[in-house]
Amino acid sequence: MSAATAISVRGLGKTYRIAHASDRPTRATEAIVARLRHPLRRTTFDRFEALTEVSFDVAAGTALGIIGRNGAGKSTLLKILTRITPPTRGQAELAGRVGSLLEVGTGFHPELTGRENVFLNGTLLGMRRQEITRRFDEIVDFSGCGQFLDTPVKRYSSGMYVRLAFAVAAHLETEILVIDEVLSVGDADFQRRSVQKMRDAAAQGRTVLYVSHQLHTVTALCSEALLLDRGTVSAYGAVEDVLATYRASVAEHAVVQRETRAQVPAGILHVVAATTTRLTYLPAEPKRFTFTIQAEAAPDGPYFLSCHINDANGGVVAQCDSRLGGLWFHPDQPQEVTLDLRQPWLKPGTYTVDVFLCRVGIVDVWDGAVTFDVEQELPYAVTGTAESFGRGMVLADFDFGVR
Amino acid sequence: MAPHTVIGPPGPLHLPRWSELWEAREVLWRFGQRDILLRYRQTLIGVAWVILQPIVTAGVFALVFGRVAQLPTGGIPYFLFGYVGTLLWTVFASTVNRAAGSLVSNQALVSKVFFPRLLVPLSTCVSVLVDFLVALVIGFGLLWWFGVWPGWAILTIPVWVTLCVALAMGIGLAAAAIMVRYRDIAYVLPWAVQTLLYASPVAYSLEAVPDAVRPYLLANPLTWVLEGMRWAMLGSAAPPVWQIVGAVVVSGLVLFAGLLVFQRYEREFADLI
Repeated sequence: MSAATAISVRGLGKTYRIAHASDRPTRATEAIVARLRHPLRRTTFDRFEALTEVSFDVAAGTALGIIGRNGAGKSTLLKILTRITPPTRGQAELAGRVGSLLEVGTGFHPELTGRENVFLNGTLLGMRRQEITRRFDEIVDFSGCGQFLDTPVKRYSSGMYVRLAFAVAAHLETEILVIDEVLSVGDADFQRRSVQKMRDAAAQGRTVLYVSHQLHTVTALCSEALLLDRGTVSAYGAVEDVLATYRASVAEHAVVQRETRAQVPAGILHVVAATTTRLTYLPAEPKRFTFTIQAEAAPDGPYFLSCHINDANGGVVAQCDSRLGGLWFHPDQPQEVTLDLRQPWLKPGTYTVDVFLCRVGIVDVWDGAVTFDVEQELPYAVTGTAESFGRGMVLADFDFGVR
Repeated sequence: MAPHTVIGPPGPLHLPRWSELWEAREVLWRFGQRDILLRYRQTLIGVAWVILQPIVTAGVFALVFGRVAQLPTGGIPYFLFGYVGTLLWTVFASTVNRAAGSLVSNQALVSKVFFPRLLVPLSTCVSVLVDFLVALVIGFGLLWWFGVWPGWAILTIPVWVTLCVALAMGIGLAAAAIMVRYRDIAYVLPWAVQTLLYASPVAYSLEAVPDAVRPYLLANPLTWVLEGMRWAMLGSAAPPVWQIVGAVVVSGLVLFAGLLVFQRYEREFADLI
């Protein structure tokens, strides 16, 4: 590991052992009884490989974004690097102290005052007393909670709470800083200051690891990015290149799935086809998707469908669940189910639909079953630029009036 | 020079990194401080509670065992006798109970931030000891009131308290770790501690125990530290050397065993909680 390397990861792997529900006692008494009944039986486990053979180096002073689909292993990687959970294989070397912002306000106690919480939280994050004392005013200024320092934080508004918590974490002086999604808190101005703070950290030669679904903050903050796919590194390099690979992989993923879907044998409850009536929609126009589900050879009670509508960055914009309409489907015959999405109005961009077929648990998942585009034709009287609607998650149906 | 950390899979015998514990010692004080602040702020009668609890318990002991059962104490007023027993017993029971529940009640922290997890249960003894000191001051007041003076043996109080905390912490550490996996320990443990109260000479003296039962009581390490505490505060007979040595050895072993159990389970906390 050379002097300029801040993080060096070699062959890192993490395997979770998932015991079958019946084998996994949650009470000591059950465990003892089970052991007495079957003294020789060993618990059987399903193995889940969260990370396999992950290797990469990060130079000191780099701001590295870590991206990937849900379940790609981003959080596991961060948990290992912050030592919350140990790896199963491989090793990681870190040059310097690691400060982590995995969740804003962990360790804040509602009954303690703002001042007491700053000290408690700072200590937990690895700051020393002198360090906190020295930067105390700075932290308070940044949070803007100055006049409420001696009020228990349970009386804080949620905005103040989050700002104070972030302010503590943002003033960590560790050589390596690990951040998970926390920049999405607070109002626009606070977010801007937070991103700036993180940029400064990198500019000062500190190494920043940033995990997010919000690709625009990754671009804003990071110079390099690492793309994880099913537990392995699938791309690593300049942030623009990796983001392009990521966007392409999302589209590719859908094609691959469509092919494997067709090969599922008959008689297994499965979504075999998913279509959209049009490939591009206007933002405010109703969107219709159709799902074909094959019959089950041994029908096992009715099921329901739940769909996630995701934007291009992977954020879930809406969830549509057939149970909310009182609709359950029978598995004894093939079903063709339609989903009509009228609201909300969607912002221009590319969207995907994930389908979940469920009974008590999930029976079948199809990520990115449908991909569709929403055109740049705003449903408003006057055409505006992105500046006038870009901040929101969706487009609202609204009117201003004068009285 | 920045510290250099290597993260790898845990080995079979997974002892804590002592230097890391020492580095993070401030976390222990902060946790302790938090517990104390919360207890004395949340309940208006916070301080009163710490004083009232042993006094009422000792009063009940004096009434039931002293007046009703008329058990002997070797000439010491029963109330005082019961108070000293309760004092040390409270240290034991509170340490076990608070340490055992500490991980589960701090689960948000354990699964989100890294710091040596051992500090969570260890820190519970800070507030227990503060409570003890308050009650001890009252205890000295009672000694003066009843006109009892134990002599230089009073200087050994810290020894008995330390042994008692070590013994309790060993049990508490193991229970805390196991409770992460099996939550029903939370129901079993207080009952076990309560049972132990009557199986230890807290409310009664050894001399009140029939000869046939005495060997069992003498095999209880808590008996040894209780006898030591009574010697230190009440000037009763000093415990024999084998008990003192035994108390040191057993407390040390229990603490170490608790540590090993804790460390063994430690690696899976974040995945389980």
